[in-house]
Amino acid sequence: MLSLIVFLPIIAGLIILAVPSSQKQIIRIVSLLAALAQGVVAILIWRAYDPSLPGITAGPGGSPLGSFQFVEKLPWIGLKLGGMASLNIEYFLGVDGISVTMIILTALVSAIGVLSSWTIQKQVKGYFILYNLLASAMMGCFVALDFFLFYVFWELMLLPMYFLIGIWGGPNREYAAIKFFLYTLFGSVFMLLVMIGLYFSVLDPVTGNHTFSLVAMANQANYIQDAILGPHNVMWRYIAFAVLFIGFAIKVPMFPFHTWLPDAHVEAPTPISVILAGVLLKLGTYGMMRINFPLFPEVFHASMYIIGIFGAINIIYGAFCALAQQDLKKMVAYSSISHMGYVLLGLAAGNSEGMVGALYQMFNHGTITAMLFLLVGVIYDRAHTRQIDKFGGLASYMPVYAAIVTVAWFASLGLPGLSGFISEALVFVGAFSSITTRPIAMVSVLGILFGAAYLLWSLQRVFLGKRKPDAAYDLEVGADGHEHIHFHDWKGKIDLDARELTMLVPLVVITIFLGIYPMPVLGMITSSVNKLVEVLTPLAIR
Amino acid sequence: MFELPSGAEIQSIIASLTLSVEFFKPEIYLSVLFMLLIVIDLVAKGKKNNLLSITTLLGLAGSIYFIFKQQFMPAGELFFGMYVLDEFAIFFKYFFVLSGILAVIITMADDQFESEVKSMGEYYALIVAMVIGMIMMASSADMMMIFLSMELVSFSAFILTGYFKRNPRSSEAALKYLVYGAVSSGLMVYGFSLIYGLTGQTNLINISSELSLHGYDPLLMILATLLVLAGFGYKIGAVPFHFWAPDVYEGAPTPITAYLSVASKAAGFALLMRFFYIAVPHGGPVYEDILGINWVSLLILISVASMIYGNVVALWQKNVKRLLAYSSIAHAGYLLLGVIVMDAFGTQATLLYLLSYFLMNFGAFYVVILIANKTGSENLEDYRGLGKKMPLAGAALTVFLISLVGLPPTFGFIGKLMIFSALLSKGSLYLWLALIGIMTSVISLYYYMLIPLNMYLRESPSSEEKNMNPGLIPNIIMAVLMFFTIYFGLFFQPLADFAKYGSALFGLKLH
Repeated sequence: MLSLIVFLPIIAGLIILAVPSSQKQIIRIVSLLAALAQGVVAILIWRAYDPSLPGITAGPGGSPLGSFQFVEKLPWIGLKLGGMASLNIEYFLGVDGISVTMIILTALVSAIGVLSSWTIQKQVKGYFILYNLLASAMMGCFVALDFFLFYVFWELMLLPMYFLIGIWGGPNREYAAIKFFLYTLFGSVFMLLVMIGLYFSVLDPVTGNHTFSLVAMANQANYIQDAILGPHNVMWRYIAFAVLFIGFAIKVPMFPFHTWLPDAHVEAPTPISVILAGVLLKLGTYGMMRINFPLFPEVFHASMYIIGIFGAINIIYGAFCALAQQDLKKMVAYSSISHMGYVLLGLAAGNSEGMVGALYQMFNHGTITAMLFLLVGVIYDRAHTRQIDKFGGLASYMPVYAAIVTVAWFASLGLPGLSGFISEALVFVGAFSSITTRPIAMVSVLGILFGAAYLLWSLQRVFLGKRKPDAAYDLEVGADGHEHIHFHDWKGKIDLDARELTMLVPLVVITIFLGIYPMPVLGMITSSVNKLVEVLTPLAIR
Repeated sequence: MFELPSGAEIQSIIASLTLSVEFFKPEIYLSVLFMLLIVIDLVAKGKKNNLLSITTLLGLAGSIYFIFKQQFMPAGELFFGMYVLDEFAIFFKYFFVLSGILAVIITMADDQFESEVKSMGEYYALIVAMVIGMIMMASSADMMMIFLSMELVSFSAFILTGYFKRNPRSSEAALKYLVYGAVSSGLMVYGFSLIYGLTGQTNLINISSELSLHGYDPLLMILATLLVLAGFGYKIGAVPFHFWAPDVYEGAPTPITAYLSVASKAAGFALLMRFFYIAVPHGGPVYEDILGINWVSLLILISVASMIYGNVVALWQKNVKRLLAYSSIAHAGYLLLGVIVMDAFGTQATLLYLLSYFLMNFGAFYVVILIANKTGSENLEDYRGLGKKMPLAGAALTVFLISLVGLPPTFGFIGKLMIFSALLSKGSLYLWLALIGIMTSVISLYYYMLIPLNMYLRESPSSEEKNMNPGLIPNIIMAVLMFFTIYFGLFFQPLADFAKYGSALFGLKLH
């Protein structure tokens, strides 16, 4: 099941390889079918998922697989090394409460991304091969439970992303693409060293061999006392934690490692922005929850305060930057930074409320930001500009568009009744109830205020009022005496067309539904998060 | 005064020699091939894709049979300790024969030979001679043999580098190579003579036991080590013995550049490992170092310098062959990391890295040749827009370059993984070396990606439609190399086992 959901896009990519590049429509349809099939498998996983099993780790005396579901475990490499050592790598996939929502999110966003890519005309074949490779790698990251496998998928994402930004991006794409590549590689190569260090420090409780299994690594009882990352080597454990944290924080992206994100977003084509904001950023915080924190719980406990502060900086700094942007897409990019700050804050709280809020925020941010970028893409397609001051008064000419924009914008600022509100509220409940993060939470609340400011202000400038004198569109008085909007080289429908509605409506529905009734998601994640919190709490406090 | 040996002694010498010949068949076979190629060249004059190249290919492939048979022979000394047969040597025999085969294959694809030379004459014979020389380098257990085999390789390589006689760059490269080669082998022989003075022995195993038995003057020993390293460092192209590399790699015919950068470097490593693992006493008396400096610290210095220098200077290169030359200096640094670890795991990691380097570097140069055939240029600027015109070549080159960076899922990643694992298996002792390796490989991403950047992200300035398809056979070869680079990145077990097999050295007390 999990192998299927991971490799479906790659299979589609191989099929596309055989299709002549002139058959653009076939290529698109093959990709769409793969994405839909992925969605079907994701729904099956969601239906069959048993929310009572916590996952995270095997626990003392637990079954070796832990309480993971849909587990696939095969020996992949079993190597005798020179001397006494050996290298054992497993093909180990599984799902628990932390990953299950991310799988659904990934399938959803990938499918929407394919639809959004329909308008790509340049080198369609190459585009979809890379796109499918990226989709597979993302999905693989969320289901891999072997560190080595995780790392392979993690690095596999870089190259397609580089080309997708670099070939199909905007005018400054070369710079943005290599900046993205170098930043993320810089983060991940150090992860490689930590991974090797962990391998030499952990023994599989069943076989007695060294192992890359994240399930075994998440149980402190499996560590060799004197190994390089064993419990006695306190200094190296702190360093390893910091290295992993920075590696994941670059992906989040956390201040001060965030500067690649606005560049990447501004240059990337719409579907890639959607994937980037909708899924890729989540991998950073997912990595923290899956690898960084449970493997070094005592270090996490000691650094909650610092993580919280960085979260607060992200929230407020991101909001301020968003406030200053003239480019609508850049504003959304900075709003992403701000909203990922809530995730960090929730994680830093270290309690169930905060963590559940963080995970829920990851899901909601995925859907809401995907929506925001799609909406920005819609207007960019028509007007070829995203400057906030080049519009004004769009609401009266594009009513459907404006309505969806309003939902998305309000969801993003956390209006009660929409999904963003619940996750942000949970994050704050968690952050306030933890003594460590309480002062940070007090400051972070300001972020909501600034968030409302930039979102409402941009909404007002673009959609309300009258057409700006130098706007990117013209008004004509039609035969019926009404004013009609006219973009000078846009042949399509002025308001949203069917394809755009197909992408946006499901997201709107999800946003509203999960704002009113969040239990479908919360119910799935709670037991795993509780287990994670238990793993993270040092024995002395437990 | 020497006494003449008695009849019985001569008898036993002859018996011993004939016994040794049994274990020397691949080398004999290859020497016969070498002579055969010269004869064929006299009989059938002609262009490059003729009888000669096919004979070379088949001949080299045939030697695999003899090497395979050696796998079942016991490891041991031959010819009175001049030469050894062990798993380490067999590993390199396969390695060099395969390198020779690939060098011939990519020569056949290179159109430059059509315009530059009249006859391929000695070219293939010299490639075979180099294979013989490198095989002997990997099997030598005596300082005399080391020197002789190294000179055999060097002289063949000098001629091959200057094979484009009418091309001044090629001749310049050959001359530079010769001058540097002469100086560094001179230094190496001086180092050997110092060691002989210290021990009175030329056999590596005897040197080791002599040194550990009687001790030695540390200053003299470190001096000798340094001088010997000049010779080895020249062969592996490591800083500070690298000065020849960029010019030679740029000026030489591209197949020879690939051949030198892979096979000749590997031969240097074979020699380096055998010499330092066998000849130097390990865990012996306290004379081991002076002021905390021993040969390992020298290697560490060379390795760090190579990684940093090679990767940083490559950033400014505008010519792809030159860029790959600097990358090859950097890779010498990574390979040295495995040697420094000084245990079975480290040796295995080095050998595996060599295998990965073999695939990805030959692959990269092969694509560079195919591109040069069509565009007539090796400049980075002329790669603009090639991704669209030569889709397979572009994709293949990207895979090879990603592998050179060391990103999964390619074989290059596995090589780096093993090297870094070997370093970290020593605890935090060599962690800082791993850190330098990691950081420099991030730097390397930038310059390697300049090539795909030009191929894919930039448009070609001229829009002329030209047939850029390199042809069926080159496409297949490229695809096969690319496939293996990825396949072994995911399923590296057989090759890692092979590398482990190859890490057994005769007379080794170290592991």
